[in-house]
Amino acid sequence: MRVEQFVINSARADGAKTALVTDRKRLAYAELDDLSSRLAAALAANGVKRGDRVLVFMDNCWEAAVSIFAVLKAGATFSPINASTKADKLAYIIDDCEAAAILTQAKLMPVVTQARAGIAERALFVASTQGSPGRTPEGAVAFEDCLEAEPAAVEHGGIDIDLAMLIYTSGSTGRPKGVMMTHRNIDAAAESITAYLRNTPDDIILNVLPLAFDYGLYQLLMAMRLGATLVLEKSFAFPQAIFERIRAEKVTGFPLVPTMAALILQMRDLAPGFLPSLRYISNTAAALPPVHIARLRELLPGVRIYSMYGLTECKRCTYLPPEELDRRPGSVGIAIPNTEALVVDDEGHRVPPGEAGELVIRGPHVMQGYWRNDAATAQMLRPGPNPWEKRLHTGDLFRTDEDGFLYFVGRKDDIIKTRGEKVAPKEVETVLHAHPGIAEAVVTGVPDPVLGYAIAAVVVLSDERLSERDIIRHCAAHLEDFMVPKIVEFRSELPKTDTGKVSRRLAAETLGAAE
Amino acid sequence: MTDTIKDAVKAFVIENFLFGDTTHALADTDSLIENGIIDSTGVLELVAFVEDRYGIAVADSDIMPANLDSLARITAFIASKTAAPATA
Repeated sequence: MRVEQFVINSARADGAKTALVTDRKRLAYAELDDLSSRLAAALAANGVKRGDRVLVFMDNCWEAAVSIFAVLKAGATFSPINASTKADKLAYIIDDCEAAAILTQAKLMPVVTQARAGIAERALFVASTQGSPGRTPEGAVAFEDCLEAEPAAVEHGGIDIDLAMLIYTSGSTGRPKGVMMTHRNIDAAAESITAYLRNTPDDIILNVLPLAFDYGLYQLLMAMRLGATLVLEKSFAFPQAIFERIRAEKVTGFPLVPTMAALILQMRDLAPGFLPSLRYISNTAAALPPVHIARLRELLPGVRIYSMYGLTECKRCTYLPPEELDRRPGSVGIAIPNTEALVVDDEGHRVPPGEAGELVIRGPHVMQGYWRNDAATAQMLRPGPNPWEKRLHTGDLFRTDEDGFLYFVGRKDDIIKTRGEKVAPKEVETVLHAHPGIAEAVVTGVPDPVLGYAIAAVVVLSDERLSERDIIRHCAAHLEDFMVPKIVEFRSELPKTDTGKVSRRLAAETLGAAE
Repeated sequence: MTDTIKDAVKAFVIENFLFGDTTHALADTDSLIENGIIDSTGVLELVAFVEDRYGIAVADSDIMPANLDSLARITAFIASKTAAPATA
């Protein structure tokens, strides 16, 4: 099934049902279906064709949901871009995927304009929401005007093994990589996840995670597939405001990352049962510490807690059935339905329980590869015992217990997980090295009670006048918020191994030692 | 009084969330969240600043956009908490 059918089918089943709730707007399925058809027609009229890539550069607003389904209805491929992305990275992505169009918001137009300045020769259709009524940002057509197009279906001829989505992840070479997902990939992942979460059309799911992050994006996709309701919020900065929203909207499902759990558990005045409508919470990105699980169980009696694990390249790998949580609090469980998760050695053979190996994934949710990056694809998707398929090598080290439940051990590479998102240190180092006052830098993660890992930079200056603040400001101007170092330490030289190689591990071990 | 509070809050926000970048035009009523200036951990830092600097105990229920999501709101919140209790 193609992904735009999620909305079309749910609108057909019950058009009056609420699909989406945001602070400014509530959209019924019939409205979401209609608006996305109108925008699809406008995209087609402006030259967007089957298979073209269209960037959705927006925060968590209703327009983003309309945009995603509109791009698919036009037969094109959407790429959700984090709203805190800066101009140079946006320019890289526009160029890398040869975007045909960008759908954005007035407040982000300065970034779009700056990004386009470097690639002026590329034809690009830009639609932006208006800053205030009647004021369309320069260089764009009004998103609002696009919604006035006649909602005639675009005859694009696309099928479900076409690309639905390109989702960029931090790359170990310092450049982001576009994960290619077909409609069928997304449908398979959504079917599997909603099965184990036992979702029904009666669920009301509240999402604060960015739609540019696959965990946040799938809350939208899964809710639409089910005909459920999604309450979309922009951030978890004010947890009390979110809790009020959960109570007012009678929310049943609440996806978390460990940082959000840590923020909740720092609050002083919470009473058990404070979110009475909740049926389940889910957690992914990294395992919750057992003490956090215990405290969440006290505060949320009767709520099913799902510990999960995944990566963008297959969306989700594993989940722990909630009934197992008491017995195996440190486990992220078993393969999600209709998929397989194996722990293998360097030769690709399964290792016995208790022994660490690489987690390898099989299933209909596994990506098609990285966009125009055969080398990176070949590293992740490798031949297995079956001649007809490739298996996803996650780069994550796991072990199993005697019953086959999986436990995360560590990463095979240097990827840092912070606030639930993956950051390749190389990407941060590339930005640091671009500063004329920095001679050398190495980036690593240091454990942090709220962030999981905090990004730390060890820097050798060539301009001694630079301060920690100057370095962070430089990074903030070029990197998404979650990639900006929290800690900057100056050294006269970088930590190196005996063979003279700069070592992230040594940097992590010695951080703070100079203080 | 509120002017000094506002100056101190603004200085804190610029120093800690904009890393000293004063080129960012930040109006008193701009939402700090909408404009991507603070995030979850930023709010905690802001609360710690308000508590330490003004000796206010900030309850969980005070940590709401209405109290903290712009320079003007933070200033008004601090002013209301530090004002002598009304004796009506």
